[in-house]
Amino acid sequence: MQKKLYNKNVVIAGLIILAVLATFPFWYNHGKAAPAPKPELTEKAKAAKECIRSTAYMKTEHMQLLDAWRDTVVRDGIRTYVNEVGKEFDMSLSNTCLDCHSNKEKFCDVCHDYASVDPYCWDCHIENPKENE
Amino acid sequence: MNEKYLFSLMSVVLLFLLAYAGVEVAGLQVLFGVIIPYMALIVFLAGFAYRVIQWAQTPVPYKIPTTGGQQKSLPWIQHAAIDCPDTKAQVVGRMAMEVLLFRSLFRNLVFKKEGDKLAYRMELFLWLGAIVFHYAFLVVTIRHLRFFAEPVPFFVTGLEKVDSFLQLGLPVVYMSGIALLAGVLYLAIRRIYVGHTRYISLASDFFPLFLILAIAVTGIMMRYFTKVDIPTVKELTMGLVTFRPAVPEGIGTLFFVHLFLVSVLLAYFPFSKLMHMGGVFFSPTRNMTCNTRAERHVNPWNYPVPVHTYEEYEDDFREHMIEAGLPVEKKE
Repeated sequence: MQKKLYNKNVVIAGLIILAVLATFPFWYNHGKAAPAPKPELTEKAKAAKECIRSTAYMKTEHMQLLDAWRDTVVRDGIRTYVNEVGKEFDMSLSNTCLDCHSNKEKFCDVCHDYASVDPYCWDCHIENPKENE
Repeated sequence: MNEKYLFSLMSVVLLFLLAYAGVEVAGLQVLFGVIIPYMALIVFLAGFAYRVIQWAQTPVPYKIPTTGGQQKSLPWIQHAAIDCPDTKAQVVGRMAMEVLLFRSLFRNLVFKKEGDKLAYRMELFLWLGAIVFHYAFLVVTIRHLRFFAEPVPFFVTGLEKVDSFLQLGLPVVYMSGIALLAGVLYLAIRRIYVGHTRYISLASDFFPLFLILAIAVTGIMMRYFTKVDIPTVKELTMGLVTFRPAVPEGIGTLFFVHLFLVSVLLAYFPFSKLMHMGGVFFSPTRNMTCNTRAERHVNPWNYPVPVHTYEEYEDDFREHMIEAGLPVEKKE
């Protein structure tokens, strides 16, 4: 026997609202592919072969490394970073990192934008001076 | 020790290990990263609709005028419009306050002994824990849309800004993550340590709490500690929502555990107490007008009952009654 659906309009409207909200990602993207961006290396970065640490480490830990650098430089006045194989680097975002990766827009920003990350590093370290020259 | 929460805890641990072993040992990335999430979403939507339609088919014949205030009465008696709604608009107001502010939980009381007296006192911690937990969960859910939308919509980036405005550490700490963890821990610990709450708690009360706890912990681990490669993760999630499912190389196992636990939560949702999300709208004490004096409500189940009145009885037996000397209404 067909059962009566009480308050039919409200119930159906509620279910439609739920379905629309729950499937937001499906209709928002219109099925448009969005593969992960490939950060571009400058000639200088390519020639250096390896960053101050391994690529995998830099991929996941660069933000913590920079955060530690900031504290070490500002609080302790130590400006030299020694990596795990004993190589020394100047602890500086502008002078060390951005020296090789002088293409902020095609290196830093592509992944940051893709993952909706907006680091406040750039509040002070405004647009890479080398890129602006 | 109590077998109810131990059972739930062990279930969550087993689910965790199942996903971990499934990906790490058996290499079932496609199963845990594509097939199970799709199935979980289908089960969630279909199950939710099924439960709601079941409820909507259940007649609620009676007005249940549960009220926390004065019903609409004479013009000089003040009417409590939200606590005892008289019109549909007022019912919507009460329901909105229930859903958004957990108004009836705010009335929660505790019955306790004070000296040699027993007294009812306000008890707001359950309300506080619940509201912190639910809103933190909402914020965390909306924030996760950054993995499911390209370009990331403005309300997600805006929410991220507000959520991270303390600018603690890098990756910057989201307050909602800490609030969610604190809320779910409080609700779980309350159930375990408050004796009378533990007594009425079942495994199905503990399981969602432990499951959500595990989801929050794996999420926090991935963001702040063990790390996963975020752009690659987004490539997988974007593949799912654009119907180009693929599992890119180099995603940490913990991500698949996190995704599996979320899928379990979604699939479990319609068949559990979590359905209070839909059920709150079906609460008869919340969704009815309280106009029992202004309007007469007839039970819709009423059907004509064959009755035999006294008058008819007397008509049947009048002669015999008079003969036996019994009093009758009509003498003829």
